[in-house]
Amino acid sequence: MTGPTTINLAMAVTVGVLYTAGFYLLLQRSLMRVLIGVVVLGHGTNLLLQIAGGPPGRAPIVGTGTAETITDPLPQALALTAVVITFALTTYLLALGYRSFVLVGHDEVQDDVEDRRIATQKMPSASLDDDQDHTDEDHTDEAATRQDPS
Amino acid sequence: MTALIALPVLLPILGAAITVIGSRSPTLQRVVGVVVLLAVSAIAVVLLVESDARGPLVAELGGWAAPVGISLVADRLSALLLLVSALVTLAVLVYAIDQRIADYGRGTVSTTFHPMYLMLSAGVSLAYLTGDLFTLFVAFEIMLTASYVLITRRTSAAKIRAGMTYVTVSLLSSLLFLTAIGLVYAATGTVNLADLAGRIELLPPGLVTVLGLMLLVVFGIKAAMVPLHFWLPDSYPNAPGPVAALFAGLLTKVGFYAMLRTQTLLFHREEPWTLLLVLSVATMLVGALGALAQNDVNRLLSFLLVSHIGFMLFGLAVFDAAGVSGAALYAAHHITVLATLFLVSGLITRRTGTVALDRMGGLARTAPGLAVLFAIPALTLAGVPPTAGFVAKLALLQAGVAAGPWTTAVAGVVIIASLLTLYALARVWVRVFWGEPKPALPDDDPDDEVVVGTAERTPVPMYAATAGLVAVSLAIAVFAGPLSAVTGRAGVDLLDREPYRTAVLGVGP
Repeated sequence: MTGPTTINLAMAVTVGVLYTAGFYLLLQRSLMRVLIGVVVLGHGTNLLLQIAGGPPGRAPIVGTGTAETITDPLPQALALTAVVITFALTTYLLALGYRSFVLVGHDEVQDDVEDRRIATQKMPSASLDDDQDHTDEDHTDEAATRQDPS
Repeated sequence: MTALIALPVLLPILGAAITVIGSRSPTLQRVVGVVVLLAVSAIAVVLLVESDARGPLVAELGGWAAPVGISLVADRLSALLLLVSALVTLAVLVYAIDQRIADYGRGTVSTTFHPMYLMLSAGVSLAYLTGDLFTLFVAFEIMLTASYVLITRRTSAAKIRAGMTYVTVSLLSSLLFLTAIGLVYAATGTVNLADLAGRIELLPPGLVTVLGLMLLVVFGIKAAMVPLHFWLPDSYPNAPGPVAALFAGLLTKVGFYAMLRTQTLLFHREEPWTLLLVLSVATMLVGALGALAQNDVNRLLSFLLVSHIGFMLFGLAVFDAAGVSGAALYAAHHITVLATLFLVSGLITRRTGTVALDRMGGLARTAPGLAVLFAIPALTLAGVPPTAGFVAKLALLQAGVAAGPWTTAVAGVVIIASLLTLYALARVWVRVFWGEPKPALPDDDPDDEVVVGTAERTPVPMYAATAGLVAVSLAIAVFAGPLSAVTGRAGVDLLDREPYRTAVLGVGP
């Protein structure tokens, strides 16, 4: 079992670096970078789960050692499940990114609908378009999001 | 009896498998979906009655005893929420089926809807029933993966954008959850909730705080707690009506349930929790004020959803039996009422052909039945007596006033937020139901599933499903006495923790 024993410093630093890089990439606008961010963050998390099981030891369950010398098998099982889940979701995210690329020609994440509305309200030209303009905004926004190729 | 606990998870998964195999026959898919959810509702009734009579029921998966194996636990809280969720899922499915029948010709019948719907239901049941932190993670993943598919099924660029936000934020919260699980395991060597309850107390207080806050952030994202709520009003309005109703009813409440369960079981405290009190005030006010600024009826409802998460957070923040029991009752009421409002919004949109409030009008004259269907859940959400919302809110207010001066002040905010809710919904009422009838807008985009248009008559079962949910929320008001007695006992049990631990771990911890 685990305890407040030693933890491999190299592993701890690796996990830290993976988390940092992952979060940085998640904050980017390009979907591709967000995707890579999720992958990197996922690796960091899985590594953390592994380290949570304590120092490495002999193979568990097959009975090659005493309870003290074998590795804790549970974090490995947890990490395995987590790997499968992150893998599946990464694929899904990739498909979404590709779909976005097909539909709008790039994979930049668009502005928030709310942000766009506030931006249009501030522009004086927007209110000159027609007198019914702000009743229309939902639709113009949607249309703008759909057509905007840049 | 123990086999019964696993069925609310297994039946929907089995049903999902059958609907995948039988995807050529829409009739088969529909029948399987409805039968499975009826069965889950019936089982949930049995579980609620049994767990109320005999204490928490436990099933050990694979026959392995508790700290080693995975256990499923049905206590009063989880059985009650399971029952309400199953009823809502069933009603929304009936609504969705009939929307699809009526909309046949708006593209092909989708083969992904039914399997994903049932998987989502399985994930929700598992999240309520699991007694294990890692299985809770798996349950969330099952639920969320199904929801990703449902929200991005028919893809336009706007939907991809909304779906992308939703998927990325949910994925991030899942990875944080996994991180928290890794740290909890490293610190204690177990992921069984009942076992953890004893072991976490032995850790240094700083570490306990870190673990508690990590889990608060994780479930705060899933429950849309301000300031972690930003993804919700951006993504839910882009889902088709019934799907938005399902998400609004269930997903955030499952997040809140997980928060309630972990915080009461693992991080026991004697005093009200100041941090969560502050967050609940922010959630109530940001949600309610955000709702006032909206013109899109679905976005307005999404903000109200966020606002009312704050009410439940308040119940948890008070951290005594009365507060927790009030939060449980509020969650049960909130699941039904939000789902109903989104379904009604779908019905309104069918008539008007738009989601923009200022393009609607006069529906009280042209569709009086719809006006009644909107008025009852709207008054319930605002908490006007004698509705279920009033009963639940009263429980929260009483708990708040009894717990001290600060919680009394927050109880005042609860009243303000309720009034703001009433104001926001009255705006909807005036815009949509009063005034001159306006002509329905033409159905210009046949692929759009949010604005489903006005070409065809709305089928009666869609009304019936909505009316059924209204009846459920009225039933919560009528049976408020027995129900609040059940949640009262659930609240005492949650804070006492011994019944849960004894049931899972055997005699004595």
